[in-house]
Amino acid sequence: MSQSVEHQSDPVETGVASLGVDAVLRPSMWLTVWTLSRREIVRFLRQRSRLIGALATPIMFWVLFGAGLHESFQAPGWAAGEMSYREFFLPGITALILMFTAIFSAMSIIEDRHEGFLQGVLVSPASRPAIVLGKVLGGTFMAVVQALGFVMLGWLLAVGGVAEEMQISLSAGGVFGLIVFMTLLAFGLTALGFMLAWKLDSIQGFHAIMNLFLMPMWLLSGSFFPAAETGFLSVIMQLNPLTYGVAGIRQLLYTGSSEVLIQQANGGLASLTVCFGATAVFALVTFCGAVSSCRSARVR
Amino acid sequence: MSDSPAIRVEGLTHSYGERVALDSVDFAVKRQGIFGFLGPNGGGKTTLFSILSTLLPIQRGCVSALGFDVGRQSREYRQQIGVAFQSPSLDRRLTVLENLVHQGELYGLTGQRLRDVADTLLQRFDLTDRATDIVDTLSGGLKRRVELAKCLMHRPALLLLDEPSTGLDPGARHDLWTHLERLRADEGVTVVLTTHLMEEAERCDELALLDLGRIVAQGSPLELRSTVPGECLTIVAERPEELGPRITAELQVDVQRIGESLRIQQANGEQLFEGLLQRYGDEIRSLSLGRPTLEDVFMLRTGRRFAEDLSA
Repeated sequence: MSQSVEHQSDPVETGVASLGVDAVLRPSMWLTVWTLSRREIVRFLRQRSRLIGALATPIMFWVLFGAGLHESFQAPGWAAGEMSYREFFLPGITALILMFTAIFSAMSIIEDRHEGFLQGVLVSPASRPAIVLGKVLGGTFMAVVQALGFVMLGWLLAVGGVAEEMQISLSAGGVFGLIVFMTLLAFGLTALGFMLAWKLDSIQGFHAIMNLFLMPMWLLSGSFFPAAETGFLSVIMQLNPLTYGVAGIRQLLYTGSSEVLIQQANGGLASLTVCFGATAVFALVTFCGAVSSCRSARVR
Repeated sequence: MSDSPAIRVEGLTHSYGERVALDSVDFAVKRQGIFGFLGPNGGGKTTLFSILSTLLPIQRGCVSALGFDVGRQSREYRQQIGVAFQSPSLDRRLTVLENLVHQGELYGLTGQRLRDVADTLLQRFDLTDRATDIVDTLSGGLKRRVELAKCLMHRPALLLLDEPSTGLDPGARHDLWTHLERLRADEGVTVVLTTHLMEEAERCDELALLDLGRIVAQGSPLELRSTVPGECLTIVAERPEELGPRITAELQVDVQRIGESLRIQQANGEQLFEGLLQRYGDEIRSLSLGRPTLEDVFMLRTGRRFAEDLSA
């Protein structure tokens, strides 16, 4: 504190007064978070290719796999009624959109480092948790907006009778629950991406991680095929945090129907409470991991 | 208190595993001066810069700046410094103004005050009509100007610049120095920069020559140059690769080849000047006699040539 007093009396600071800036500024954590997340969103919107990559690829998967696997798909025991593959696949694709957007956004930290922007932020008085939170919330926001758009599209198709085989039914409360749940999941995924990206030097390295780690994580989450009841796959799937993400989204898609289409009691899926709990823990753990990565020094 | 140095560093040592990048470095930077670190690449400049800008932790030694213990009070210290990196730390997808606003917010500026500061700096750096341009579309010189404006958003008392002239044409380099000198004169900002360019080093108030992680000499450019005795002869010749060895053999003087020219450092420079003209007049395109340069200081202190290290 004594330093700031000296600075005010110092003739050095006279130039400051002419601009109307106090000698001592205090950046608040929320201002940092706000400015960094706003930047993420502006950047994302200016890069059309990212928008297409994050949204168009999953939608294409949905349409193509939905058509291709239509005949051979056998609905799992817990799915009541005639569940088509397209309907089964919808929550998985929603999770994929969340994952793509969230993790791509966090991976832009590699670009930030190469361009020098990151160094500029790191020498500013912004606290490390605020830097992580700004980056992660920006990515989370875009992921949720896009995934929600996709869910709405699926719902409109079902209601409009274009995709008659789908029985998805949303309620206002369900949409709210979905937004909260997807925010939690996207937050965890973006933080996971941040953690991975902090250690990586190149986008090529990211592709390796993507193929070896993230795609299997998604494939083994009950998104592409129903969870196995026994065997080593079922163990892996139970340990995979994304399994609870996909299961949570799946259950929230049917809040508007009078019938219980998903019979949770049958044990096919974890209950919504467990899904929320597991996803919250996932988000918390990855966020702490991201902050601790960010605290470790790296120059270039 | 304002007489106390802006930066005081004692016994600073930094190593990357086995490799020692800084070896017990001591120096002090006066307030309101322009202080330069001159040295070849790999001399420890980047490490020193990274420590002063808080990107690297202090491994051993003591760094105090602007009255703060840099290791312990990094947040307070960061609020008072402006850092310009070698490659501009701008977000190239944002506009010039967006970059400035973003920077201002990181340092706690908001609202009307933020807009006023940004406007003032845009004007000062002649960027007002570029405010809404995307940074990616700007030339290197303009980017550097935006970078400098960005570092000044929060009115730092200490400005750290890493190789500020890299990639700038002579005109832009001149502009940069005009701005630095004005900042120092008008606002009393202390400027610390790293450079490997002699002509840039000459413009600093004080210099530290950094080689292999040690400070080999320190002082004003004039003081440093006066430590080298005698005069320096620079010869521009048709075939320097031939002439150099011949002069060495025939006149028994040490000749160094730097690029396309030859240099001789000698106590009796004037005598030699006459002799060279008489003997090799036909082969010499130009011959000049001058006081030793910072390059000679570097050679005297390290026994090696500066330019050689640069190309290595």
